[in-house]
Amino acid sequence: MTTEQVEAPRSARVARRSTNFEKWGWIYMRASGVVLVVLIFGHLFVNLVAGEGVNAIDFAFVAGKWANPFFIVWDTLLLWLALLHGANGMRTITNDYAYNPTIRRVLHWANGLSTAMLLLLGTLVIYTFDPCPAGASADLLPSFCAAP
Amino acid sequence: MWSWVLHRITGVAIYFFLLVHILDTALVRVSPEAYNAVINTYKTPIMGLGEAGLVAAIGFHALNGLRIILIDFWSVGTKYHRLMFWAVIALWVVLLAGFLPRHLMHVFGG
Repeated sequence: MTTEQVEAPRSARVARRSTNFEKWGWIYMRASGVVLVVLIFGHLFVNLVAGEGVNAIDFAFVAGKWANPFFIVWDTLLLWLALLHGANGMRTITNDYAYNPTIRRVLHWANGLSTAMLLLLGTLVIYTFDPCPAGASADLLPSFCAAP
Repeated sequence: MWSWVLHRITGVAIYFFLLVHILDTALVRVSPEAYNAVINTYKTPIMGLGEAGLVAAIGFHALNGLRIILIDFWSVGTKYHRLMFWAVIALWVVLLAGFLPRHLMHVFGG
């Protein structure tokens, strides 16, 4: 009769010195969430409630806003905080419902790639914006574009 | 549980609008004509109703998000989570009562 071999208990795990990504993700959702409440309600008020509401939005309206550094900072914060908040939420949902490891990996990559590309695109748009592009008809441009 | 379900559904809906919204705003870098052509579709009645739904979703997600933060960090947050859910609903109704008439007048003219 063979004696049962009981493996020696594993030694205590050495505390890993790595950052806890999930913890920081959890903290980020709450920290960015509080800021986003202010940023998004402000954005909705300026664009949908004040003045003519949605009817006032056109190229000249956007150019007028971005002539003020205040709205450049506001919209940059909105872009980064909101997209990362949304992307991290979609990452959580992917982990919850995508059981198939291959599908899960594909979805995580699609999420990461689209987020990186949109952050780059949005940031470039805000900081390379030209309120008075050459060749555009003057009635589409903000009033501060000098007439030729 | 229903607050959790609604938080997920509104979160996903807002996320996909955000993707489209970054792309449509990026058209200001293409030309004034391209941007105006797309943004004018936002002023149609159907999209106007969509914007009302979007603001309703954002309003719930924002207020319920603040409730989640209070549950996590407020010492008696878990005790009052149910009461705070009804506070979220009440504030959401007040928010929409202020927003919807104004927005619908902009869209439908009045």
